[in-house]
Amino acid sequence: MDTFSKRKFIIAGIMLGIGALFILRLFTIQITNKTYKQFATRNVLRKIITFPARGLIYDRNQKLMVYNKAAYDLMIIPREAKAFDTLELCRIVQLDRLDLRDAIRKAKQYSRYKPSIVAGQISPEIYAPLQEKLYKYPGFFVQSRTLREYPSKSAAQALGYVGEVNQHIIETDNYYRSGDYIGVSGLEKTYEKELRGIKGANNYMVDVHNRIKGRYNDGGADTTAILGQNLLTGFDKDLQAYAELLMTNKKGAIVAIEPATGEILLMVSAPTYDPNLLVGRQRSLNYGILDRDSVNRPMWNRAIIGTYSPGSTFKLANSLIALQEHAVSPFDRFSCSGKVNTPIKCTHSHVSPLAMREGIRESCNSYFWNVYRSIINHAANPAEGYQTWRNHLMTFGFGQRIGTELSSEVKGNVPETSYYDKIYGVGGWNSMTIRSIAIGQGEILATPLQMANMVAIVANRGYFITPHLVKAIQDTSRVYRELKFEKKVTDINTEYYPTIIEGMQAVIEETRLQYTVKQDKFIVCGKTGTVQNPHGADHSAFVGFAPRDNPKIAIVVFIENAGFGATYAAPIAGLLMEKYLNDSIAPKRKELEQKLIETNLLNVIEVKKKL
Amino acid sequence: MQKKDNVWEKLDWITVSIYLAMMFIGWINIYAAVYNEEHKSIFDMTQVYGKQLMWIGAAIFIAMMMINVDSKFFVTFAFPIYIILLMLLMLVPIIGTAINGAKSWISIGNFLLQPSEFMKMGVSLALARYISSHDFKMHSWKSLAVIAGILFLPVAMIFLQNDTGSALVFGVFLLVLFREGLNGIVLFFSFLIAIVFVLTIIFDPLVTILFLTFAAFLINYLIRKNVKRNLVGISVFTGIFGIEWFANYFFQGSVSPVFFLLVAAVLSSIAFLIWSLSLHKRSLALLIGIYLGLVLFTVSVDYVFDNIMQEHQRSRINELLGVQSDVHGSGYHVNQSKIAIGSGGFFGKGFLQGTQTKYDFVPEQSTDFIFCTVGEEWGFIGTTLVVGLFMGLLMRLIFLAERNRSRFSRVYGYCVASILFFHFAINIGMTIGLAPVIGIPLPFFSYGGSSLWSFTLLLFVFLRLDASRFEQLSF
Repeated sequence: MDTFSKRKFIIAGIMLGIGALFILRLFTIQITNKTYKQFATRNVLRKIITFPARGLIYDRNQKLMVYNKAAYDLMIIPREAKAFDTLELCRIVQLDRLDLRDAIRKAKQYSRYKPSIVAGQISPEIYAPLQEKLYKYPGFFVQSRTLREYPSKSAAQALGYVGEVNQHIIETDNYYRSGDYIGVSGLEKTYEKELRGIKGANNYMVDVHNRIKGRYNDGGADTTAILGQNLLTGFDKDLQAYAELLMTNKKGAIVAIEPATGEILLMVSAPTYDPNLLVGRQRSLNYGILDRDSVNRPMWNRAIIGTYSPGSTFKLANSLIALQEHAVSPFDRFSCSGKVNTPIKCTHSHVSPLAMREGIRESCNSYFWNVYRSIINHAANPAEGYQTWRNHLMTFGFGQRIGTELSSEVKGNVPETSYYDKIYGVGGWNSMTIRSIAIGQGEILATPLQMANMVAIVANRGYFITPHLVKAIQDTSRVYRELKFEKKVTDINTEYYPTIIEGMQAVIEETRLQYTVKQDKFIVCGKTGTVQNPHGADHSAFVGFAPRDNPKIAIVVFIENAGFGATYAAPIAGLLMEKYLNDSIAPKRKELEQKLIETNLLNVIEVKKKL
Repeated sequence: MQKKDNVWEKLDWITVSIYLAMMFIGWINIYAAVYNEEHKSIFDMTQVYGKQLMWIGAAIFIAMMMINVDSKFFVTFAFPIYIILLMLLMLVPIIGTAINGAKSWISIGNFLLQPSEFMKMGVSLALARYISSHDFKMHSWKSLAVIAGILFLPVAMIFLQNDTGSALVFGVFLLVLFREGLNGIVLFFSFLIAIVFVLTIIFDPLVTILFLTFAAFLINYLIRKNVKRNLVGISVFTGIFGIEWFANYFFQGSVSPVFFLLVAAVLSSIAFLIWSLSLHKRSLALLIGIYLGLVLFTVSVDYVFDNIMQEHQRSRINELLGVQSDVHGSGYHVNQSKIAIGSGGFFGKGFLQGTQTKYDFVPEQSTDFIFCTVGEEWGFIGTTLVVGLFMGLLMRLIFLAERNRSRFSRVYGYCVASILFFHFAINIGMTIGLAPVIGIPLPFFSYGGSSLWSFTLLLFVFLRLDASRFEQLSF
């Protein structure tokens, strides 16, 4: 009687069909397709990065040059934020209301669920009252950070600064995330990997509102932050500060090296700035001011990027090369006709003729013209002579990057033979053509660092250790790892150095420098230079080392537009050597010290223009 | 009269076991879905899992009550129960409470009851009562009108309460009517309508009408193999369309091509219909009738979809059909639900180890999306088990319905199976992206007293009827 009984199969078939379809679909979602598992992990996983404290920087006496201080970032998670008293918050964190609104808008654009910085690098003084009121602002929280602090406010250019990573770095180095800090210049940049340490990550599980619910994988995938490594530098912090004091209102550079080790004792570029300016919330404002100061260029490190004619200080290198090549002997005398001397006039008044020791003492241009001519003409032809001279010179580190840790170091200039061939034609030039080099002028350009290195070579009687700022790295277990540096020997035999050194001692003891630079407790050797400058007043230069035997310090002082080397550069070098070797300045030189500090040489160019 | 304990003996314990298993699995998964560290006990009455245990206890009590009721009671009082429930439903707009935009709840003290849930049982009883009556003839207009009335009244009420999901459930009675002799064409036509609906939304009415026209000619050709008549038909259709096009062009009109197509389809259909009826070609007339119906449906779907449906309904359907994809907006539910289920893998993450549901990534995780917890924590094994349990229950119910000699019991049994099937298909289908997001619970699994009790009532009334299958020879 039930004619439709067979329809039960159709109905059961429809139901079973849907059931089978579901199982098939579940099979693809749960087993075949793996992407859902990734999505699920991405849903719940929140990595919270812990930032290690950046490594500290010490001077050679274990005094702190750079450390960290606490700072706080005010963060917001837009989703959790509710309406609040903007005026009060602005007052507490000292933020403009429009800036706050702008920051919140940007945070919302970035993510409603993830934290963004509203106000960065809040000082502890502001943080204290903020912390008390924070409960009033749901969705806001504070994340602690560390900021660099430079207690002695010195060595700004050499130490460098840290800044937020830019987009390019984020894209090329996957260690960095937006908002991270990185060393931008100086040692902070070179030793970034050691200083930064290793970021730690805590993996948390969060719910849909980004609230932390527990540790992911019971903390199995978490990593702890590893502290940055400390740097032990060769700086003498006090000497550095003293040098900067002496360079007040002067433009130029000072580099001092410990000859035996190549450790850089101080590196001044003046005018300088307080490195603390490039830290904290005023950083970008201050950066702009410093960067735009095109007169003083305080952010330039003149010690390594300033290229100057070495002037008379270069006569030391030429003398050594001439002796090595047997182009002249220490006893060969050359006459000088003073201001009417050809091809180079000599402005120094002295007896004539002169041998090498006196030539150096008097810095006689005529004498050194003859020395240089002898080197060039000693070979078969001038080009070959020049090439021989150049080869020797290169072993002093001129014309190339010496290889400190500072990446902005420049090469200076020692032209190749081909350079003159190109200008004058092959065989179209001789010693006469390039005579300026005899007295350290002309095409030859060197950085203060290279000049300091040259004098370190003289102090060492024939070799140098690559100059460097950092001598050891203190790892996390507080063990110092001494860094090794290459010893480079010049191709000037040791036997030729004493003659030069005698001349340098005579410079200090037999000229008017005996009143300003000569010391009672140790013998100073040096050479002044007055560098002709086509753009303005002459630069004042001095290279020297002390004590004469077993030298502890080799130094170059280079002051732009300051006139005679003997007037400013040499006394400043003298004071620095005295301070370093005696720890104090003798009372009789206090007046000189005061005078040098007070001297303002910054407006020399302007004065000259007015005239 | 037989003794009472006989009822317990005759009770179908297989179904009862599946029922108890489902409630238990559901309870465990509700616990896992909203697991709270501060309330670790599954018996904690302040939490939903504790409450669900209470609802389960009450449900078992209701089931036992039903078993103790005389089976004749349901037959006798089928219509009164229907009417009482319908009146309750009518009261909802007046004394009801709105939850999630649907004003479909009545609060009695702390309890919230959803009359629409219980209405399913009322309609099932009324349908069973009417179909099993002697004056019922499936294809008489009067009978169809009564059935339509029984269905339409509650559907209209529920629609008015803005609870579209619950209203759609009543469409599933088509399966019951089909079993009781409704022409298969209706079921087939419903199936076609579903396809046309999808086509219209994915493409547009123009494409759908062209597709339907092409399909009609193709079927006509396959049946009759008469090229000449088909060509005549095509030329009549394109002729009317061409004239309209030209007239529109000539009079500088700006009527849409859809309208031309519609007019061409209607005019040529009428022409063919008259012609085929005059030649007594009934199958051709039927084909044309179906064609015309579908074309009109296409146009109305487009209109209803764009003008009557609400924005969230539109976007849910668009999301399902892949017309739009917005995993942060309207597609969020389904996307997160698929992530939760998909991340379970083969074995699942383990009890209480799920993260997607527990941490609220999946919304409504203890009610409409409870299947996500099953998928995430128990993996493919768990989901297959649940689908298998439902299949087993449905097959068992069909078997039970068929073994009843009483038509009342059989119709009612099919009603129960169909309702459970619809909830199963839509609820699980929605969690795995095969059905639009319609907020209806998964029977015996989802949290909530109202739905659990209504399904329990629905099921145990049938089990009670089945237990006394030998008593009732009439009806």
